[in-house]
Amino acid sequence: MSRVLSYEEKNTWIHRLCGVTKLIFFLLWSLTSMLTYDTRVLLVMLVLSIVILRASKTEWRQIGTVFKFILFFLFINLIAIYVLAPNQGTLIYGTDTYVCHLFKGHDLNQEMIFYEINVFLKYMTVVPTVFIFLVTTNPSEFAASMNRVGISYKIGYAIAISLRYIPDIQSDFVKIKNAQQARGIEMAKKAPFFQRIKHICAILFPLVFSSMDRIDVVSNAMELRGFGKHKKRTWYMGKALKKSDYIVVAFVVLFSAVALFVTFRDGSRFYNPFI
Amino acid sequence: MEPIIEFKNFSFKYRSQKEPTLKDINLKIYPGEKVLIIGPSGSGKSTLAHCINGLVPFSYSGEITGEYTIAGKDPKKLDIFELSKSVGTVLQDTDGQFIGLTVAEDLAFALENDEVPTKELHERVDKIAKEVDVKNLLEHAPTELSGGQKQRVSMGGVMISDVDILLLDEPLANLDPATGKHTMELIDEINKSKGTTIVVIEHRLEDALFRGADRIVVVGDGKIVSDSTPDELICKDILEEQGIREPLYVTAIKHAGGKLTEEMTPSRIDTIDVSSVKELVKSWHDKNAVFCEEEKGETILEGKDIYFSYDGKEKVLENVNFSVSKGEMLAIVGKNGAGKSTLSSLICGFNKPTSGELLFRGKDMSDLSIAERGEKIGLVMQNPNHMISKPMIFDEVALGLSIRGIPEKEIKERVEKILRVCGLYPFRNWPISALSFGQKKRVTIASILVMDPEIMILDEPTAGQDYRHYTEIMNFLKDINEKLGVTIIMITHDMHLMLEYTKRALVLADGKILADTTPARVLTDETLSDKAYLKKTSLYDLAEMCDIEDPTAFCETFIAFEQRER
Amino acid sequence: METKKSKFGIKEVVAIGIGTALFVVLTEVAIPLGFIPNTALQVRAGMLAFIAALFGPIVGGVVGLLGHALGDAVFYGSVWWSWVIPDAVFGIAVGLFAKKFAINDGGFDGKKIALFNVVQVVANAVAWILCAPVLDIVIYKEPANKVFLQGIWAFIGDVIICAIIGSLLGFGYSKIKGSSSSLSKED
Repeated sequence: MSRVLSYEEKNTWIHRLCGVTKLIFFLLWSLTSMLTYDTRVLLVMLVLSIVILRASKTEWRQIGTVFKFILFFLFINLIAIYVLAPNQGTLIYGTDTYVCHLFKGHDLNQEMIFYEINVFLKYMTVVPTVFIFLVTTNPSEFAASMNRVGISYKIGYAIAISLRYIPDIQSDFVKIKNAQQARGIEMAKKAPFFQRIKHICAILFPLVFSSMDRIDVVSNAMELRGFGKHKKRTWYMGKALKKSDYIVVAFVVLFSAVALFVTFRDGSRFYNPFI
Repeated sequence: MEPIIEFKNFSFKYRSQKEPTLKDINLKIYPGEKVLIIGPSGSGKSTLAHCINGLVPFSYSGEITGEYTIAGKDPKKLDIFELSKSVGTVLQDTDGQFIGLTVAEDLAFALENDEVPTKELHERVDKIAKEVDVKNLLEHAPTELSGGQKQRVSMGGVMISDVDILLLDEPLANLDPATGKHTMELIDEINKSKGTTIVVIEHRLEDALFRGADRIVVVGDGKIVSDSTPDELICKDILEEQGIREPLYVTAIKHAGGKLTEEMTPSRIDTIDVSSVKELVKSWHDKNAVFCEEEKGETILEGKDIYFSYDGKEKVLENVNFSVSKGEMLAIVGKNGAGKSTLSSLICGFNKPTSGELLFRGKDMSDLSIAERGEKIGLVMQNPNHMISKPMIFDEVALGLSIRGIPEKEIKERVEKILRVCGLYPFRNWPISALSFGQKKRVTIASILVMDPEIMILDEPTAGQDYRHYTEIMNFLKDINEKLGVTIIMITHDMHLMLEYTKRALVLADGKILADTTPARVLTDETLSDKAYLKKTSLYDLAEMCDIEDPTAFCETFIAFEQRER
Repeated sequence: METKKSKFGIKEVVAIGIGTALFVVLTEVAIPLGFIPNTALQVRAGMLAFIAALFGPIVGGVVGLLGHALGDAVFYGSVWWSWVIPDAVFGIAVGLFAKKFAINDGGFDGKKIALFNVVQVVANAVAWILCAPVLDIVIYKEPANKVFLQGIWAFIGDVIICAIIGSLLGFGYSKIKGSSSSLSKED
């Protein structure tokens, strides 16, 4: 998993925030970005999120490959929207300002360009916050802080366990894949459909079934060490919420409220420069 | 003194089984004792452990008759949490037991569940980390630790709740011999300094006795067949009857016709008094000494100046040269992380060497795909569950052939032939889930053999197997080697295996080949065995005690004698 | 060896954890369906159906939600909520029938496999033809014909994967868990 986003220890005020603060920020931020289609709000959010990303001292090497991948993905999505619905812009903004003719049945108008820019912005405002959340949040501390805001510690621990065992299962996966390849089971691109499914099963079955055994062992181990004994538990990595945490939460709540107010003031979630 | 663990006419039957697994157990263990429970697989020793830690009856339900008390209380009236305050269990599967994202969190786990405040958590974690010697690893993730380190964390993680009883389930199973030695030392220290009662379940008797034990309880077929001091036990025939391997030096003395008595304190190589059998051993050696010149077959696999690195910086393999002859049985040994698995993955083509070449029958293999190599060189993984993807035995063995589009009739013939060779023919229509671990291992070996490979690489072929299954698997491999002429390369840290079944060992340390010599020489050369994280064999010590000039030759005598006997 | 049924808690917590880990690891194991973004035969969907059918609606739902969100986040750097939530819905829907499937008791065959497939088709329909496009329209105001096309593709893909991989995993695992007392050696 070379190009995967993962936590890296650094000392910035963002790293020092509680994991749950960053989760609340991320959730509210993406909720706002989901609801609004106001270009001005989206632009402000984009600029802000890039500023925060800079403040977290995140480097290009940490996110570069993933970022290129997102751009590629998003680009295809934008093309698909245009090909399938060239008049979506007009449908939303009500006007049709002709720019040029592209190909059969597909004229390009300003409304469509503007709509596509908005879609692009909408996705782009969330991406930096995902980066920030993943590369600055210590997973151990995150599970602990979830519990602090009232989410059941069992859910928090389930997340901790999944983070704990992802590397193990990943390495099992590679080992199994290699061994099966040596038996002639190639994950070849050209194989016919059913054969490909068959080959994937040869890797999937051992992986899934040995993971089911692991569930038994791990739950025994946890039970033997008293997990679930009490209604509450404490956390080695637990951090108390600090002033900065409250400030950040207050900021994001306020920001979302203002952003949504600005968006919906005229009764539409769209900002329309065409009228 | 009151016993801390007591079973009185105790029997237990799992709900899903017809026969009781434990029958009429009477056992007393006193506070501060160090007790070894040994027995072959399926004898009920693990169930006995489950009864002590409360997994029976709280997780595995069934029928209990008779009485038992743990730490003065009746476990049936407690719950598993109460019990876990008295009994700390270290499971065999250290990856399953290591739950935390880091060492510190895992150590703290039990206390966290007990709502100990965060500040106190840090203090107690620091303290226990010192005790089990993982202080400088506190922030490490489990993937960055060796098996031995993970096990120390597991021990710390249960001892942190100040348990009275420490229960260890096959602590040596996944460790190299040198690390196993450290584990037994640590257990001994805990026992002596804290007075914790220790119960160790094991079948590797010689290694488990490295620091001695107060008592050994032998479990066989659900009953306790012996309960005595180690010295007493060694002098009786119970071990052989139960299929447990006795220490090598004991076997050697018996071969020489020597009689063991309790007065000799024969349970440990560092306490045994050999004066009464010295001459016998010496003359047995002189009579049976062998001079074997190994004739070499044609070279089948060769590595030339191999370098490998995952990231271009750190060298995992460096200047590796070796050659394997047709029909050989060869061991690759060395501690975890020395590059053994990397070497095998280069041979199989999972990774490409950074430089150097691998030759199969003199031809460079670099253009061959993984599957093409797989037809010549088969790989059997350590855990059979990682290879098996079909519910039925026949289908699993046939998989490699059917993938290659071989006609059904031929598949049937070849699979049935291999199933016969592997002794699996009577089971051919069984679901694999009905097989034992050892039988599953056979299925995976069969599924490789059916493709007619010229070389077979096995990763830890006997890991987790008791002596009977170990012997079964190894004799089976020897058979294949002799009858089918398959060259066998084994990656292992089982010293018995390399000593008894291979003629040559490649010792890897830090990515370099340290030695290419006979197993007997590796295991009698202290510097070499230290670097490979192996342990000098007790045969060497015995030879020295008996004033035999060439301990390596003594080792070879012993192996040759054993092979003739078998 | 059997585990007591009443022990809700630890086992489910661990099942969520390991199930999510599996789901994340399998994120990249996919067979692309065509030149339509976001759609491919995703092996993890079959795995989710199996986990939900085995452990019930809570485990199924949470694994779908966490697994999809986490997998997308670490691999693709973005969380597409309109596609995360349907996976949770799917996990819950399949999980509701877990008791009926009785995979753990070794009886998952014939009728039960048929039932499983009826359930998974309906659950997939609700998730991908209803939930995902509606969310896409509500959240992103994407063109209806595009998102329904995407949804239908995803539906077809997941139905195929669940029918094959989900059923086979259930069948295989049921075999492992079932009793084998009636076996005898043959010559």
